[in-house]
Amino acid sequence: MSDKVLLDYGSGGKASQRLIGELFLRHFDNPELRRMNDGAVLSVSGRIAVSTDTFTVDPVFFPGGDIGRLAVHGTVNDVAMMGAVPRYLTCGFLIEEGLEMAMLERIVESLGAAAREAGVWVVTGDTKVVPKGAADKIFINTTGIGEVIVDPAPAGDRARPGDAILINGTLGDHGLAILSTRQGLAFETPVLSDCASLNRPIEALLRGLPDVHVLRDPTRGGLATTLNEIAVASAATCEIEEDLIPVRPEVRGGCSLLGLDPLYLANEGKFLCIVPGDQAEAALAIMRADPLCAGARKIGEVVPAEAGQPGRVLLKTGLGGKRLLGMLEGEQLPRIC
Amino acid sequence: MSLDILDQFHDPVLCKSVLERLRATLDGKPLRFMEVCGTHTVAIFRSGLRSILPKEIVHLSGPGCPVCVTHEAEINAFLDLAEKPGVIVATFGDLMRVPGSKGRTLKAAQADGARVAVVYSPPDALKLAAENPDATVVFLGVGFETTAPGVAASVKMAKAQGLANYRVLSFHKLVPPALDALLSDPDTDIDAFIMPGHVSAIIGLAPYRPVAERYGKAAAIAGFEPLDILQALLFLAECKKGGRAEVVNLYRRVVRDEGNAKARAMLAEVFRPADALWRGIGEIPGSGLELADEYAAFDAKRSFGIEIKDCPPLPGCKCGEVLKGKMAPNLCPLFGKACTPAKPVGPCMVSTEGSCAAYYKYQV
Repeated sequence: MSDKVLLDYGSGGKASQRLIGELFLRHFDNPELRRMNDGAVLSVSGRIAVSTDTFTVDPVFFPGGDIGRLAVHGTVNDVAMMGAVPRYLTCGFLIEEGLEMAMLERIVESLGAAAREAGVWVVTGDTKVVPKGAADKIFINTTGIGEVIVDPAPAGDRARPGDAILINGTLGDHGLAILSTRQGLAFETPVLSDCASLNRPIEALLRGLPDVHVLRDPTRGGLATTLNEIAVASAATCEIEEDLIPVRPEVRGGCSLLGLDPLYLANEGKFLCIVPGDQAEAALAIMRADPLCAGARKIGEVVPAEAGQPGRVLLKTGLGGKRLLGMLEGEQLPRIC
Repeated sequence: MSLDILDQFHDPVLCKSVLERLRATLDGKPLRFMEVCGTHTVAIFRSGLRSILPKEIVHLSGPGCPVCVTHEAEINAFLDLAEKPGVIVATFGDLMRVPGSKGRTLKAAQADGARVAVVYSPPDALKLAAENPDATVVFLGVGFETTAPGVAASVKMAKAQGLANYRVLSFHKLVPPALDALLSDPDTDIDAFIMPGHVSAIIGLAPYRPVAERYGKAAAIAGFEPLDILQALLFLAECKKGGRAEVVNLYRRVVRDEGNAKARAMLAEVFRPADALWRGIGEIPGSGLELADEYAAFDAKRSFGIEIKDCPPLPGCKCGEVLKGKMAPNLCPLFGKACTPAKPVGPCMVSTEGSCAAYYKYQV
């Protein structure tokens, strides 16, 4: 193969065949993919959960991960949050002409490794190459399919007064890792993305505790946005305590420097878990058994919405004051001073 | 500064003890204080301080958010500039979403193909100019005495490097003339001021003396942590109780009484004072900065023939009253209805550091 991705590779002709055979099949290898059909025929049991996501990240390789890993973690996590065990992924690549073949290989290898670690098969895929400038390096779409293992499944509208709000670890790591790399900022302690597939701890949680009310991964928009979505959908108030929310000191410091709020930064290996208050300790015990959830803790609870108020999120500050924790208008932008 | 030291400045126990002393000093009498810095506005809301302050304390946010006080005419000027071919507008992120007339923004202009770059510092804009010799890079100089020295330094560097394609569109504003304008208004009802920490690091204590000597109001330069703000409030309450008008620097870990002479010299060399328009307030004599003749080649206003003319405020918008401390944000008839952070009408809702936006975002 050439050392750069050429338009030929998306043509469907021999070049495409070589790319599939020498690259994708090698790194994603599994019996279904090996049949090289137009699509995949899958065996699943019971209700299935489906989720799709398209990944674009600048830089493509960042501290703690890369776009290939992210494309697996993101979709696997979305499927898991539906109360399902992820089984299969589809994978579409949109590649800018001229991308270094070595870079593509690193991404594909990384995606394959992440899929193996998560125990999911990449069963079908697609590659398109677009002219230089029509895309930024590489975009990846993955769709995940999983088997739902609980009934009723966790859902954003099931938060009830009295429920406990749990998180599996520190917030803002991914967002700050990306932003600081983009800005060329070097911190004394490098901030790594937390990107990880959460399907194993989620499965343990669902099997050990059948009545999990809400599971959500606070990705774009961070903890604050996700909690607001839950509060609105459930018509309840989520009350969280600032002092209980885990944020690494280096993330806090970096945010303060850039004028950002860690509660609005993206996470790629975190999940919010809302369970009946009396089951909080049991849920935390199951979570903490998994290394990805070693820092699991309760950060607040669900209370009834005040009369005339829609669902909203209140933050109890370290001083004992209370304020709204609202949704952002758009992306966070660095400020003047 | 180490994070551990900063931790002490929001220690709940320490804060509580100052809060108790504050309550005892107030003795049931109201204290109307104004802060003149968007960072203070947000700190007071975000820390939850506002919700635990004694009820006698009335918190007013003055014209201290650089984005908020940028005049409509200035905003339209930089939006026009962004549409010019061959121009790259370099800006701090805050200005990206600020709407000009007809709802135009830099973000929308960017989507339409304008070349707009968000930078973290003026040297980034210089770098951009060096990398794009075919374009003219215009840095949007918005901000107070804190931000202006960095911009001045970038102009000096551009001159030294012979960068002919770098310009600054200076809409910088100065805090002391704005305080003077505010206090000379007979309707102003403010007991005391918390002065901006970062601005003071440059200008020092002296420019605030007239606040006490001419207008009889106490003022404290304060940091941005809850304990900083509480200590300042305690000082202001004690002044009021004792009938004293004093100006004090309570932010000694950052601000020297004499300020930063080197930064001021840089400002004096590159800029000269000029009359400026403040959004919601109008023209304040000598309250802006324009490039000195020696640096005229780097002045975007002169290069592009930009003139800033006053225009009538938006109908119904009470931002002028809010910025002068005459009206609480939520009492404006537009607040939360016609005017929200998603669709701001007035300046105070535009910026994340504006008083209306803070009120909308944080007030329970």
